[in-house]
Amino acid sequence: MIGILFGIIMTKSEAVSWYRIQEMFRFQAFHMYGIIATALLFGVLITRVLKYNTYKSIDGKPIQFQDKQRSVARYLLGGIVFGLGWALAGSCPGPMFTLLGNGFTIFILVIASAVLGTFTYGLLRDKLPH
Amino acid sequence: MLDFISQPWPWYVSGPMIALVMLLLLLSGGNFGVSSTLRSTCSILGAGKRVKFFDFDWKNQIWNLVFVCGAVVGGWVASTWLNGNHDLEISQATVESLAELNIAFSGGLVPESLFSWEHVLSLQGFLVIIVGGFLIGFGARWAGGCTSGHAISGLSNFQFPSLLAVIGFFIGGLIMTFLLFPIIF
Repeated sequence: MIGILFGIIMTKSEAVSWYRIQEMFRFQAFHMYGIIATALLFGVLITRVLKYNTYKSIDGKPIQFQDKQRSVARYLLGGIVFGLGWALAGSCPGPMFTLLGNGFTIFILVIASAVLGTFTYGLLRDKLPH
Repeated sequence: MLDFISQPWPWYVSGPMIALVMLLLLLSGGNFGVSSTLRSTCSILGAGKRVKFFDFDWKNQIWNLVFVCGAVVGGWVASTWLNGNHDLEISQATVESLAELNIAFSGGLVPESLFSWEHVLSLQGFLVIIVGGFLIGFGARWAGGCTSGHAISGLSNFQFPSLLAVIGFFIGGLIMTFLLFPIIF
């Protein structure tokens, strides 16, 4: 159910659009920056409240936040590779799935390539800087 | 009501709604990070037998696989019932920049001259569909997350690594847009 809500949000916000991503990387509209900024504003509030109180999720376990592993190379280099793909395909992993539901069946190939990319990373993992 | 939500949503509605999705996922015992489902998919397909990175119990990740299936259904729901036949309205500057690269803007979500089954085997179609997807999958796992995991979840939790990753996302995106697009298109 949360996934369906997410798919609807991604479509109606137009964040799934290849054109919106181009507009963002060309700094020609505020739309995507507005989405990310307001998501972060509320995201920070939600995270602060959940992190410094002892709330439990519906399965009875406490909600915990894991700190990301410390490193520079993997985030910067991996991030750059991701960014190249994000601008080229004009979608990140969430929107790929939502575009499929929007009737753009070709995105099954984008998803399959992303799975292949993930698999290739797994193969080369020990040889890459982290 | 249906007419009202069938309009394109402004950013100040969409952003808080994305934060709401993150909250709902956290309250259900998960977290907001889409690209890890790609790793689970590799594991389900049997990659764990050959590569240790995929040798983990993906059954703990079923909630996230259900989430992405929902994201597909949500796209269908939005395009079938909540589509007010509004064309996309992007900035005129972007329309002009893309026209210089011979990429037409017709009001659809994606350029159909690139994202269609006929164009998979053209050089440009292959690049955006196959190479684009590959770089996303490879880069997201190397960086340990994508837009949802780093830009939303990670930055919301003031994680410095996520800031680095998001800076990387933009370096890559700007290189592609300003240096490589003029060569490709």
